[in-house]
Amino acid sequence: MASTRDIRRRIKSVKNTAQITKAMQMVAAAKMRKAQQAALVGRPYAQLMNEIMAKAAEGTVGFDHPLMQPRTAAKRAVILVSSDRGLCGGLNGNLFREVTKLDKDTVFITAGKKAAQFIARTKRTLAAEFTYKDTPEFTEARAISKFVQQLFLKGEVAAVDILFPKFVNTLTQSPALVPFLPIGQLTAASAGINEPKKELAAHSSTEIFEFEPDEETVLGELLPHSLNFQMHQILLETKASEQSARMVAMKNATDNAKEIIKSLTLEYNKLRQANITKELLEITTAQMAVG
Amino acid sequence: MAATLQLEIVTPEAKVFSADVEMVTLTGVEGEMGVYPQHMPVMTQLAAGEITARKDGQNIYLAVGEGFVQITGEKVSVLTDMAIKADEIDEARAADAQKAAENRLAQKLTDEESATVHAALVHATTQLNVKRRHKK
Repeated sequence: MASTRDIRRRIKSVKNTAQITKAMQMVAAAKMRKAQQAALVGRPYAQLMNEIMAKAAEGTVGFDHPLMQPRTAAKRAVILVSSDRGLCGGLNGNLFREVTKLDKDTVFITAGKKAAQFIARTKRTLAAEFTYKDTPEFTEARAISKFVQQLFLKGEVAAVDILFPKFVNTLTQSPALVPFLPIGQLTAASAGINEPKKELAAHSSTEIFEFEPDEETVLGELLPHSLNFQMHQILLETKASEQSARMVAMKNATDNAKEIIKSLTLEYNKLRQANITKELLEITTAQMAVG
Repeated sequence: MAATLQLEIVTPEAKVFSADVEMVTLTGVEGEMGVYPQHMPVMTQLAAGEITARKDGQNIYLAVGEGFVQITGEKVSVLTDMAIKADEIDEARAADAQKAAENRLAQKLTDEESATVHAALVHATTQLNVKRRHKK
């Protein structure tokens, strides 16, 4: 049976753990608010971009762009976006379970350390590894997007999808696989965020747009830009998911620690009382024997 | 004139401007263009510069970065990486940013970095130009 000293030592150690998880929870909560905010402010831009692209698509007949053509290559690429660090519950685990469902010869491009580690561990094909900071910058997204566009334009892959933990709300993040390339219908260029589907059909009056200087130039700029922006949105959303998941995981850890401290304290007090009773009993018996 | 245009200027950070205006002047890659209601549908690229919106007879000036413009008969949508109203520009800060960007350009940079710094320089310069032009 554990002595009172052992129990006291365990209580102390659990308390320390609780302190750390509590601190991490606070940090994650603060970061989460910032990340969610960042993911939200990009939405009007994404919406307007969708609108413009949809309208432009209506106004141009038979426009074709290399980024829109389907390829015949056998392979397909997936951009896997994960967090850099663990301790965020089942976030990455859920994501990687989706990976195992994909074809074995899929080429992976990773963003985030955990994704790169997982791909290396399971011996899958890794085309490139990217990192992004705590507050994802547009340039980081552009680097990933550019690389993937080149890969696609060279004809090495037939299609590119993005797998990332979609932010539903603070308690729920679910892995989502969204198509990235080829840009099929211009209207389908949703930024992967959980916005309600816009009523694009409302602009039924087909307007033919003039393009200045010409449509190749304008759309040739707009398409890559929209992809870069979509990538950026996804990075922001992943961050929001990560921080939310971490906050919830750490909150659970803190609660569990508190629970353990409670039951240990109870046990400790019981043991202490039992010891005192035992000693009293010994003293009285000794006295009676003498007297 | 009753007819108005809906002008919407959006950046990745915020919806900077959204109102009904009588006229919009903006700088496209092919030069400056004035847009009145019932303009023919046009899509073009926006060059860094100035957007002037006339609302209730008053001119509102904005400094904008590069981006895209879509014009229809009743709406002008502007997607850009920067947009700031002339009276909200902080001249000292813009000047600092311009200097910092110039200094960084003098150093050796990778393509990615130099693109970013160039963008920052263009932003700062545009802000300064717009601010100085409309100083009272």
